[in-house]
Amino acid sequence: MSAWLANLVGVAVIGFIVWWFWLSTPKAQTVAGGLPVDILVDAGVYTPARIEVAAGKPVTLRFLRKDPSPCAEQVRFDDLGISAELPIGKPYTVTLTPAAGEHEFTCQMRMYRGMLVAR
Amino acid sequence: MSAPATVTRLSISGMHCAGCVTSVERSLKAVPGVDTATVNLAERTATVTGVAGEQSLIGAIARAGYQGVVLRADGDAVQEAAEAAHYRALWRKTFFAAAVGLPLFVADPLGWLPMLPDPGGQAFWLAVGALTFFVLVYSGGHFFVGAWKAFRAHNANMDTLIALGTGAAWVYSMLVVALPTIVPSLAQHAYFESAAIIIALINLGQALEVRARGKTSQAIRRLIGLQPRTARVVRDGREVDVPIEQVGLDETVRVRPGEKIPVDGVVIDGHSSVDVSMLTGEPIPVEKQVGDEVVGGTLNKSGTFLFRATRIGAETALARIIDMVRRAQSTKPAIGRLADTISSVFVPTVLIIAALTFLAWYNLGPEPRGAYVLVTVMTVLIIACPCALGLATPISIMVGVGKAAEYGILIRNGDALQQAGRLTAVVLDKTGTVTAGRPVVTTLVPAAGMSEIRLLQFAASLEAGSEHPLAQALVDAAKERGIVLSPVSAFDAVTGRGVRGMVEGTAALFGNARFMNEQGVDLQDLPARAAALAAKAQTPMYLAVDGRAAGIVAVADPVKPDSKAAIARLRALGLKVVMITGDNRATADAVARQVGVDAVYADVLPGDKAAQVQALQTRGEIVGMVGDGINDAPALAQADVGYAIGTGTDVAIESADVALMRGSLHGVADAIAISRATLGNIKQNLFGAFIYNILGIPVAAGVLYPFFGVLLNPVIAGAAMALSSVTVVSNANRLRFLRAGDSRA
Repeated sequence: MSAWLANLVGVAVIGFIVWWFWLSTPKAQTVAGGLPVDILVDAGVYTPARIEVAAGKPVTLRFLRKDPSPCAEQVRFDDLGISAELPIGKPYTVTLTPAAGEHEFTCQMRMYRGMLVAR
Repeated sequence: MSAPATVTRLSISGMHCAGCVTSVERSLKAVPGVDTATVNLAERTATVTGVAGEQSLIGAIARAGYQGVVLRADGDAVQEAAEAAHYRALWRKTFFAAAVGLPLFVADPLGWLPMLPDPGGQAFWLAVGALTFFVLVYSGGHFFVGAWKAFRAHNANMDTLIALGTGAAWVYSMLVVALPTIVPSLAQHAYFESAAIIIALINLGQALEVRARGKTSQAIRRLIGLQPRTARVVRDGREVDVPIEQVGLDETVRVRPGEKIPVDGVVIDGHSSVDVSMLTGEPIPVEKQVGDEVVGGTLNKSGTFLFRATRIGAETALARIIDMVRRAQSTKPAIGRLADTISSVFVPTVLIIAALTFLAWYNLGPEPRGAYVLVTVMTVLIIACPCALGLATPISIMVGVGKAAEYGILIRNGDALQQAGRLTAVVLDKTGTVTAGRPVVTTLVPAAGMSEIRLLQFAASLEAGSEHPLAQALVDAAKERGIVLSPVSAFDAVTGRGVRGMVEGTAALFGNARFMNEQGVDLQDLPARAAALAAKAQTPMYLAVDGRAAGIVAVADPVKPDSKAAIARLRALGLKVVMITGDNRATADAVARQVGVDAVYADVLPGDKAAQVQALQTRGEIVGMVGDGINDAPALAQADVGYAIGTGTDVAIESADVALMRGSLHGVADAIAISRATLGNIKQNLFGAFIYNILGIPVAAGVLYPFFGVLLNPVIAGAAMALSSVTVVSNANRLRFLRAGDSRA
């Protein structure tokens, strides 16, 4: 009985990993036009990590890096060709006009990961 | 002489209202020597002008009840302090975790620790468990917080792996200690020491990485450090020291010996020699006099001069270089994109592998299964290192692009660097690239009865009124020899032939053989001399005075002194070197013989250079094109890598894949050597990171166990993981010691 349970748990964990990390998406912060979006860079995550904005309109993202480790020092939007070095404890503003679609932003090592969704 | 007025910015802590502002301003203005004092409440800063010392300003702020610190740069000091504090914190965490973990790690195999069933054993191990819990909280708390936050954002990262690995070890061990009856006796082993040592090792790895990463950005910091913080401007007849940001366009700036030039400008008074090596890599100081351009960040050596500021702020050459290097350092070449794709799915994949490992050992493993399951799952989680994979490419690009900048080589992006590392052929534009691009008088052949000086005097006097490109060479040559030009009357320029006029009352002609023949001048034996000169890439022109041949003045665009050596280096790098020129075949061949290229394309119209590059590409060559960045734009764009070669900073920085601040072709060889070394470094890093994970994870999961009975110790896995990122960063740092010019002849 316990063997069945252990196997069930193992398979369920695998299913959960696939669903949680790959299939489902975090709640997005939708942004009203014109307002800057504050993104906290700390403890391995961007908060918020998913931001929905209007496509084709300029959006200002204001990154505030609190994590002093080198992992957090860069933010890059690879598909938009944008990258920036984030100072510690001081907001850094990135203004861009995203085309419709999903634009991932990450740190250099891609451990910090966020998504800018333009609709 | 009184001290020059300065502007001082101070950060003030403790202010919270407008009343504070008034009291700080009043206190500052009371300091002797303060002209103005303005406090900004939002920024918590004060800006003070005058001649008062910094300490007296800090004292005045203290008297008002607040604490002031002089701001020296735009937040760099704050940044460095935060990084240093982070570094120290990592070491503290390492020591605490090691202090708990190491004694257990050593004592346990030696049997010095009480066994669980022994009297007092459970109490001892509960105490160890509590101590290890503190390790997890103090030394490893940031991993757990990061893992939880990442989880909530549907993300998984390094923290996830470390937190799960060490957390599982602690929970399992506490279960064994607190409730030994539910765990089979064979599996009754605590892994507190593994959790503590793994936390210690990973903090240690991160500390080493912080230090190593700091070195990777040395190049950009060096460039930023070139920027002086103040400038001495002349305002209302008085010299005032002001922060660099306050220098206005067209303001007059004074530079004294040994000082850095603050912004870009044009010398309006005085002269000096300027060391430009920090920007261009050119070791010989350059003489600057009235009318010459000076560049911010370069070092004034000997004289004092005044200059008019022509480019300030973000427009200066140095600011543009810093911007370009920064942008290039943060780009990734195509070679790194596979690693990026894998990094994106790496951690969840490792979690799945850990779950599969659990199932495999649980169902197929020997007893004690619980212990085997824990050890293998923990080791899989701990050994996996996505950071090494993610860092492999960008860290090498960062160091490689920075290294290139030290040589005065500005690489636009990672793709340019990757392509430059794969070049098989280099096409060199002749004029301005292989040669100096400025014709000079090379040979004077006076006919019988004529001296060299008179020959040049006649020719230069006639040409002084001409707009022909070669005319300036004659006038310059006369000036160098101290020859005073004679007035010319009845001047006439005959297109495609030459010029004529009356010099010192005598009719004189200066031009090509056709002109002389048409005018009935007997050239005697001069055409033979002229042919010999033409074979050496010199352009001969005849002078006739009073209807008689007076001699030959030959002009040539001289080959740069180091072109031959640089081309030899390019060939030694295994590259096919092709020279391309619009000049005639004889001149092109003569230059080619001097410098030793593999092939020459002569008589190529400017618009056809791109087609020639394309032709090489269709033959399978990966082509680098070297030109001045302006006239060769289509060919530079057609090439796989376009190199704009410039002298000083007169280079079209924005126009090419690679901009060379020096005029020397050695810059091309340096750029290719650095690109190859960087590309090689990226490959080493990627190979290492892939192999590490591809071999490490299965071994950690226990694939060797059925064959050899071998399992990896989780502590060893922790050490390997901690070292893997450091190894990648350290390998990239090796590029800092690269000497691109080692193969120089």
